[in-house]
Amino acid sequence: MSNATVIRRPVRWHILVFLAPAVLVYTAVMIIPLFGTLQLSLFRAVDRVPTFVGFDNFRTLFGDPRWSVSFWNALWNNTWFFIIHMLVQNPIGIMIAALLSSSRLRFRAFYRTAIFVPTILSFVIVGFIWKLMLSPLWGVAPNMLDFVGLKFLFAPWLGKEEYALTALSLISVWQFVGIPMMLIYAAMLSIPDEVIEAAEMDGITGMAQFWKIKLPLILPSIGIISILTFVGNFNAFDLIYAAQGALAGPNFSTDILGTFLYRTFFGFQLQLGDPNMGATIASMMFVIILAGVCVYLFAIQTRLRRYQF
Amino acid sequence: MTRKTLTALLLGSSMLASAGAASAQDKTLTIESWRNDDLSIWQEKLIPAFEAKNPGIKVVFSPSAPTEYNAALNAKLDAGSAGDLITCRPFDASLELYNKGHLADLTALPGMENFSSVAKSAWQTDDGAATFCVPMASVIHGFIYNADAFAQLGIAVPATEDEFFAALDKIKADGTYIPLAMGTKDLWEAATMGYQNIGPNYWKGEEGRLALIKGTQKLTDADWVAPYTTLARWKDYLGDGFEAQSYPDSQNLFTLGRAAIYPAGSWEISGFNAQAQFKMGAFPPPVKAAGDTCYISDHTDIAIGMNAKSPNADAAKTFLSWVASPEFATIYANALPGFFSLSSTPVQMEDPLAQEFVSWRGKCQSTIRSTYQILSRGTPNLENETWVKSANVINGTETPDAASAELQKGLDSWYKPAQ
Repeated sequence: MSNATVIRRPVRWHILVFLAPAVLVYTAVMIIPLFGTLQLSLFRAVDRVPTFVGFDNFRTLFGDPRWSVSFWNALWNNTWFFIIHMLVQNPIGIMIAALLSSSRLRFRAFYRTAIFVPTILSFVIVGFIWKLMLSPLWGVAPNMLDFVGLKFLFAPWLGKEEYALTALSLISVWQFVGIPMMLIYAAMLSIPDEVIEAAEMDGITGMAQFWKIKLPLILPSIGIISILTFVGNFNAFDLIYAAQGALAGPNFSTDILGTFLYRTFFGFQLQLGDPNMGATIASMMFVIILAGVCVYLFAIQTRLRRYQF
Repeated sequence: MTRKTLTALLLGSSMLASAGAASAQDKTLTIESWRNDDLSIWQEKLIPAFEAKNPGIKVVFSPSAPTEYNAALNAKLDAGSAGDLITCRPFDASLELYNKGHLADLTALPGMENFSSVAKSAWQTDDGAATFCVPMASVIHGFIYNADAFAQLGIAVPATEDEFFAALDKIKADGTYIPLAMGTKDLWEAATMGYQNIGPNYWKGEEGRLALIKGTQKLTDADWVAPYTTLARWKDYLGDGFEAQSYPDSQNLFTLGRAAIYPAGSWEISGFNAQAQFKMGAFPPPVKAAGDTCYISDHTDIAIGMNAKSPNADAAKTFLSWVASPEFATIYANALPGFFSLSSTPVQMEDPLAQEFVSWRGKCQSTIRSTYQILSRGTPNLENETWVKSANVINGTETPDAASAELQKGLDSWYKPAQ
């Protein structure tokens, strides 16, 4: 019998061999650091000796009035950052994708590329360009508004507490609108012509066709985009750092979890770095993102209806 | 700034490449620094002068961006990949490196006797027993003005605060120039060029600074709130949209001749000399009433120490002794007008603007920035908080009293002065 088993199921080494590089690299650069961070958050340097303190760092983060104010401020700003992306970036992305998938549009490839290009630019470049465009001194924004007689609408947006975060969110939307566009565009192309033709036979055309036929078919893609946006936004850091610096001014109004983590972990100017509190914040970011992804996986994705053709 | 970093990186990497090609017997010392503006001075003047006297030692200056320096240096030191020589920030950042064993003790280094104890204070342990960096330079705060604009508008150099605001009013009424070139976007301009610039006149320099450390004065005392009250008045004289005006914007605004007065640190001198097409002058922070003692911020800013794990310790010490010598002081102070030598030997300087700045040492009392020693040791960090609050006060989003109260509250939360 054992002989027969051996013949029927030889050890399939190739699976291990092919998986090994990815597993090893992923473990080395993602899994080990992740657990290292979680571990770091349970320690504190007492007289330069790392000492296990249980959840004391988390107690400080939430209990100490200064830490908790900074943390909740960063979390709320981050949430606002995410809300803007969900309300502006994704609907615009879907709209552009719907327009692009219309067969009567000319220069489709050009539009597609042009809208996607900012996505591959570096944050530093995007931050710098927009800072320059919005500059009250040398920027084109005040001049262009002046040209159409709307100069009074101009404000030094990046320097005002009430506008800075929204302005930066919109810059980020500008940069990343290409991602939902591409994903939705691909999903729309995969809708078979038969379905569309059948709809047309039934007299469903134009906007009604989009709402009744296409949108339900691309809902799973929209779900994926939402969760990608969520993860991306709660890990965001680069744009704020490039445009506003590590102190996320004015008055911490653009401070998100990423910049808060950076400042705490690495220190800034005279502030020395505190790896343990930094790891505590990083762990909280991990928990928040994990919770968001779980909600999506268990509460939303299982209820999405998928259509097989 | 991005471009500068890039240039520095490119230059740095090409230098590393050429250094690698140098003869194998030569020892190569690498200097870590945040002064990427000084790259050409090190390459063209300082390093050749040293190498000519010390054959067999090659020196490579490898700077990183100022805002990233501390974080990058800490990471490199922890990983053991930092250079042999470390440019030292003043006070706690370097003290922490020394306590962690990253910086070597240089108390007995030949040449250390060329510096006064005040000069060394920023790079010593609290009890003064060990010195771990060789002081290089200090920077002085004041105001640089467009002399042509002053002549054109018939304004005399202001000595008192009333004259200062009268001058600003006159410039504003004329409308040709923006009265003050300063923005609050980068936060530190407001704190460093604003608060720490004019502050010493109010808190009487060292007297107030030490009293704050001792705990006999508080940030909510009138002497510490008053500079904020004055700063709040600056708002009306800044350019349009100053809230989004960054530090390079302010520099350009002034050097392009669009602004009349620039709240400055002396480190600007060489850059401004190269950029500005007009005559410049400088005046110290105006005093309250004519004849009052004036106080200036003469801040010990930059020093150089040795990586304790450097494999080339002997060569590094040779270099540091040279940095402590009058020869280095003379080359450095003249190559970089505005960075004033801390050496006890007087240094002859050519630049008129630098001479003007340094002349204030004779008539005013010197102090250092109030937030640097001891008071920025905890969390929240007083210096960083001061950046945010100074910007808030100038933006008009927080009153001077509220800002001071917040700062004192933050300080009280961790700092218990020895009574």
